[in-house]
Amino acid sequence: MKSYVIIGNGVAAAGCIEGIRNTDKVSKITVISAEEHPVYSRPLISYYLEGKTTLENMNYRSESFYKDNKCDVIYGRKAVSINDKSKSITLDDETTVAYDSLCMATGSSPFVPPFDGLDRVENKFCFMTIDDTLSLEKALTKDSRVLIVGAGLIGLKCAEGILGRVAKITVCDLANRVLSSILDEECALVMQKHLEKHNIEFVLGDTAVRFDKNTAEMKSGRNIDFDILVLAVGVRANTELFKNLGGDTNRGILINDSMETSVPYIYAAGDCTEGNDISLGDKRVLAILPNAYMQGYCAGQNMAGEKAEFGNAIPMNSIGFFGLHAMTAGSYFDESSGGELFEEKTDNGIKRLYTKDGLLTGYILIGDVARAGIYTSLIREKTPLESINIDKLYKNPSFAMFFSEIRRKKLGGVI
Amino acid sequence: MKRVYAEEKWCIGCHLCEYNCAFANSGESDMAKALKNKPVFPRITVEEDNKITYALSCRHCDDPICVKSCISGALSVQNGVIRIDKDKCIGCLTCILVCPYGAVSQGKNGVVQKCELCLENSCGEPACVKGCPNRALVYEERGDDK
Amino acid sequence: MSVEYIYPEFEVIRNENRCICCRVCERQCANEVHRCDADNNLMLSDESKCVNCQRCVSLCPTHALKIIKSDCALRENANWQNDTIKEIYKQASSGGVLLSSMGNPKSFPVYWDKILINASQVTNPPIDPLREPMETKVFLGKKPDKIERDDNGNLKCELPPQLELSMPVMFSAMSYGSISYNAHASLARASKELGILYNTGEGGLHEDFYCYGENTIVQVASGRFGVHKDYLEAGAAVEIKMGQGAKPGIGGHLPGAKIVGDVSRTRMIPEGSDAISPAPHHDIYSIEDLRQLVFSLKEATEYKKPVIVKVAAVHNIAAIASGIARSGADIIAIDGFRGGTGAAPTRIRDNVGIPIELALASVDQRLRDEGIRNNVSLVVGGSIRSASDVIKAVALGADACYIATAALLALGCHLCRTCQSGKCNWGIATQNPDLVKRLNPDIGSQRLINLMTAWNHEIKELMGGMGINSIEALRGNRLMLRGVGLTGKELEILGISHAGE
Repeated sequence: MKSYVIIGNGVAAAGCIEGIRNTDKVSKITVISAEEHPVYSRPLISYYLEGKTTLENMNYRSESFYKDNKCDVIYGRKAVSINDKSKSITLDDETTVAYDSLCMATGSSPFVPPFDGLDRVENKFCFMTIDDTLSLEKALTKDSRVLIVGAGLIGLKCAEGILGRVAKITVCDLANRVLSSILDEECALVMQKHLEKHNIEFVLGDTAVRFDKNTAEMKSGRNIDFDILVLAVGVRANTELFKNLGGDTNRGILINDSMETSVPYIYAAGDCTEGNDISLGDKRVLAILPNAYMQGYCAGQNMAGEKAEFGNAIPMNSIGFFGLHAMTAGSYFDESSGGELFEEKTDNGIKRLYTKDGLLTGYILIGDVARAGIYTSLIREKTPLESINIDKLYKNPSFAMFFSEIRRKKLGGVI
Repeated sequence: MKRVYAEEKWCIGCHLCEYNCAFANSGESDMAKALKNKPVFPRITVEEDNKITYALSCRHCDDPICVKSCISGALSVQNGVIRIDKDKCIGCLTCILVCPYGAVSQGKNGVVQKCELCLENSCGEPACVKGCPNRALVYEERGDDK
Repeated sequence: MSVEYIYPEFEVIRNENRCICCRVCERQCANEVHRCDADNNLMLSDESKCVNCQRCVSLCPTHALKIIKSDCALRENANWQNDTIKEIYKQASSGGVLLSSMGNPKSFPVYWDKILINASQVTNPPIDPLREPMETKVFLGKKPDKIERDDNGNLKCELPPQLELSMPVMFSAMSYGSISYNAHASLARASKELGILYNTGEGGLHEDFYCYGENTIVQVASGRFGVHKDYLEAGAAVEIKMGQGAKPGIGGHLPGAKIVGDVSRTRMIPEGSDAISPAPHHDIYSIEDLRQLVFSLKEATEYKKPVIVKVAAVHNIAAIASGIARSGADIIAIDGFRGGTGAAPTRIRDNVGIPIELALASVDQRLRDEGIRNNVSLVVGGSIRSASDVIKAVALGADACYIATAALLALGCHLCRTCQSGKCNWGIATQNPDLVKRLNPDIGSQRLINLMTAWNHEIKELMGGMGINSIEALRGNRLMLRGVGLTGKELEILGISHAGE
């Protein structure tokens, strides 16, 4: 019998639990959950505000999940320190929890820049947790003017979620475009225009320098009045606990393909980590839900004594607003870095495929995103382009790009 | 576990599987009523490669990346079959982003749909296989199954 | 010429309330009758191209389609009938010989339908085939006239080579080229499963089918296409084709366009060259010449395989058969004037040859009269349509029947009779790979097996009714037959009494 401990109770933790239980059906699993909720899917918070899901449906797993998996969950407690010599964790109520192997699934936290005058703003919210969402929801009225700082994934999903419930939404960002972390200017403009059609106003390439109670004073000199302020500038991996222990971190907790950290018996998974991105060939924080689950699952398997690897993580995003979807995956190498770009534009869409060294390394699809997973798997599996029909690859994602022998193999057996 | 397999050698590209699929999952008892003048949302796609055609639907992978990636928990594995809970799905399309077979698609109302082997619709067995005129689709057990 | 004299023969009736515009009709029609008007979400038809093969009707998932004969008709004329006039128009337009496919469709008498079968009542009990064993097995080949013993008084058991059939039916000659690879595969697989034989026709034997050799009759015809040592050795019997019921007196012509790939290799002729089978065998002008070929083939196959000589049923068929029976052949196959073809000149198909029923009766009688009936087995074909046709043929003296049209129907043929176009939508009479793949031999062979199994059940029931438990006991048993509505001459030739007699 071993004692497994997971710090964090998000999707990576759920993955970890299921990974452990894949092998070890009996040992004890303790989950330390700072939030007072069973595991839920954070990206669903905007859908909740939009009315597309309910609090109940946001639960990532069934009601009996912890019971079925024989987990003890310690709700509302934070881990404050780890002692890797005695293999124990001290919680904020000064109790300790011993572990044989530990998974750091501490996630990330909203990054709030030290804006001048922010403390004078009454109605200010982050947009990350259910609690954030419920307090934001309480503040929303039909007449609210909302200013969202940050035109990234979180800010824009928030805008979509509350659009029908408020009077006006303005989104500002220091970057000159929306979704700057995943889209280039041209693609970003397509999404921006689409959002503008739905009366979301953008103030880009501009940032607040100071806040008053209901006003943001922008760098450009412009003043934006608001009733509600949403801060969605970005997130930071929660690495402190691990850093204090002397573990290796960069922007996240550094892990290898087995989800092992620099400290023995300690694994890490999810948004708090920095692991290999095979499309980039380097380490990167991949704070996306699928990776969190798969890393968690892999960590769990290894904690239970399996030899698992999750070695083909790549950044990938599926994001849609008001029916227009964008999908991105992998890394975009421009010509100066040896990459090649295939591009196709239609009235309401863009397709960009990035190749380098005989591999598909990344793509951006806007509009027609059907079957994009076929492209994604080419990146993940590092499928040599010489083994497929390039014209068909460019045409659309389909199995027609594979030569029939490979196709038959892929489709003919148990996968 | 029994799965649907396509034999491209015998696929005649008639696309009937798509229509039989859409009908079987329509909840209607008459095909014309179900599909006439309506957009059709099949869960199986006939792909064409020059003169070769073959149908493609969910492979019901043993280790399904769609289920692992689903942000809402709407996708799950039940007795080996990958099922979708349409009430939970919020249409984020992450499953489309990751499915290596392109076997998940957007259906009516923006939520996704996928082959569930017709186990719970009026057909009771895969309608695509049942209606295939040339046995280009088969429903059988293959390989090392757990 | 701007005036189109040939009016569409068929109408495509589409029930717009049922059509869901799935376009399966469009995708499945090699004649390009259907097309989709995507702007209006409407299917349209060009009926002038329709051959009424019913492929679209069969695949339409909502049963929205039917094809009917157009009622657009020329003025009625008992002498100048519609079809006759249309043929005139066609020839006036093209200047060519008219081509047709499958068997003679004209309203000549079908003697099978004027013959009735006996059944036992009271004094000779019928046999219930579900309770009693019934034997439908037949052996084809030369039979000894009398029992012979060696010096020690032991029976001499050595028989000339025989073909063993589980039932008195075989699939007759259809060449690879005239029908598709998948059609051949279906026939070969079904024959093996059923314990009967199929026939290569004059197209050679594809190497993939050598494994079905025990159930294969390999044909040697006037073009000698695809004939080589391995080919002869591969089969269970060798058939010399002298003639064909659908086109007696003329040869064959497979256009170069169909001599592609495997067909060219199997026939052993260059791609694109026309495969012309001459009307005669250029080395056969007499029974003696035929005898030479029979024995050449026996020599080549070490006297291990029976040799069949196939002829069309023509006027003095009895004398011809008598000659063949003396040529050393083991089996005579006679093909009646209703026999099918992949392509034949219409005038020949519709006007040359005689009915198989009459030919069979006169041949069997002649060979008996001459005391040489046991020299040969008789196989007849040329529109055997059912188990009762088989029973009647056996009672008239046949050892077995050849079927082809019925087999093609089982494979999906709808008798649209446009095999010559090469655009068979059912994947049978075509070499177009897109069309060929429509016939999955897994399905095709199963349907053939089903058909033959059903016929065999019916054969047993009919035999049982007559109180006969072995098909051998029915052969030539003309007492079991009665004619209805036949003239005295017809009854005389058939060797049967009139019903009521």
